[in-house]
Amino acid sequence: MPVIRVDDLTFRYNGIDVVSNISFAVEKGTYLGIVGPNGSGKSTLIKNILGILRPEQGRVELFGTPVGSFRQWGKIGYLPQRLSALNTHFPGTVEEIVQMGLTQKDAAALKRTLEMMAIGHLASRLIGELSYGEQQRAMLARALIRRPELLIFDEPTTALDPETREMFYSLTGEMSRQKGTTVILVTHDIGVIGQYAHNLLYLDKKVIFSGTFKDFCSSGDMAGIFGPSSQHIICHQHDRFGGDI
Amino acid sequence: MDLIEVMRYGFVQRAMIAGILIAAVSALLGMFLVLRRFSLIGDGLAHTTFGSVAVVLLIGVSPLYVTVAALPLVIISSLAIYKLTSSSKINADAAIGIVSSLGIAVGIILASLSGGFNVDLFSYLFGNILTVNNTELILAFIVFVVVTAVVVYFYDDLFALTFDQDLAYSMGVKTRRINIILFLLTAVAAVLAMKVAGIMLVSALLILPALTALQLSMSFRKTMAAAVGFAVGAVLCGIVMAFMLNLPAGAMIVLLNIFFLFVVFVAKKLSVPRR
Repeated sequence: MPVIRVDDLTFRYNGIDVVSNISFAVEKGTYLGIVGPNGSGKSTLIKNILGILRPEQGRVELFGTPVGSFRQWGKIGYLPQRLSALNTHFPGTVEEIVQMGLTQKDAAALKRTLEMMAIGHLASRLIGELSYGEQQRAMLARALIRRPELLIFDEPTTALDPETREMFYSLTGEMSRQKGTTVILVTHDIGVIGQYAHNLLYLDKKVIFSGTFKDFCSSGDMAGIFGPSSQHIICHQHDRFGGDI
Repeated sequence: MDLIEVMRYGFVQRAMIAGILIAAVSALLGMFLVLRRFSLIGDGLAHTTFGSVAVVLLIGVSPLYVTVAALPLVIISSLAIYKLTSSSKINADAAIGIVSSLGIAVGIILASLSGGFNVDLFSYLFGNILTVNNTELILAFIVFVVVTAVVVYFYDDLFALTFDQDLAYSMGVKTRRINIILFLLTAVAAVLAMKVAGIMLVSALLILPALTALQLSMSFRKTMAAAVGFAVGAVLCGIVMAFMLNLPAGAMIVLLNIFFLFVVFVAKKLSVPRR
């Protein structure tokens, strides 16, 4: 049973197709990179997968259950794209934000997760007082604290410093490899996804490419999309660091 | 006339109790509204209340029950604002503007057509907490209990929803249900706040205590408690000052709320070391 199954999904806004006829499945333990130009419908697709938006056509299943009747939200850790819209006056401490939605507060898990993201010293600070990078780390901690089976990140590394960005990729890669966590990563960082992701979904309102990196690297069409040099970089990174699928 | 003597009057006691209950309810709901950028919903619903009171007076409801009778139309207006904003095609401020102007326009037309209840209708513009009757006091108590219970029971959901609606949904929060509850309670609070501050100043009761508390940069729970504290303080001091100085209580309460905001704002500025 796939963790995510998307079948012939079409979402329209004001009568215009934002994404159309999208179909793919994500198996347990897969690290999937979703790439595409601005406005290609990546975030819209994620919101449809999570049930935040309702598609005009098609079907989404999470862990074998139609998203409309899915209730096991504790299995999912999600980091939305638009944290920049965060109200700077929001009176929530890092501790409160990271534990948001937990039915049972676990002090040890909180401490461990905050330290893993190097923000243990910020636990009692208000989230709005932190830098964007620190806020993003707090949000990553929130997504990770429940040890979810499925992680969905929508452009998570924007505004992160290179060190934290590297830590994020290596952490999520390790979770996927060692713990079987399924990771969906929406990113523009195509040089890095070749290093960590098993599969690639290239989206431009519809699916342009969906498959393994092996298929991607042997596909002549991809050179036309990314340019020969970018394709070379991605495939080189994948051969060097990834390639376990 | 000293304070003890003032407090012996039954209508002052009713005003104090109702004022505390309504102020606390408005402050609690105001926290969520201000943080979700729905600050002006109080204005919108107050204007709708004007239209609703006009309808209620036109059909001949006794002045004793005007507050209760005006509720259904204000609740419908509140849900209309929610429906318009959740369509994603109309921003919250525009949706509030639409419903607000409809309420005022209906009120003015009905007042003009009736020719008889203008004085009653326009008395609601400025409110008078000292005229709170027993029905309104009971309603204020029921609403206080319901709002407090909702905030306590749904605290985690409200916190997540206020932080980020999409994120809350992905955590399993029933965002639609919580939003509807919040908008329903805000409609009831707006109608009650009309009695305290008048239609013109309803939004002040919803916005100001929360804004003042937010200046203190504390955790969510402490900020909510501080907002309730500021709101109740303003009502108690406002009623006493209004009675002793022979000034309108609603306006005095709002001025005190603004005074608290000013004091906290200045104190915060002064406490930040200059570079």
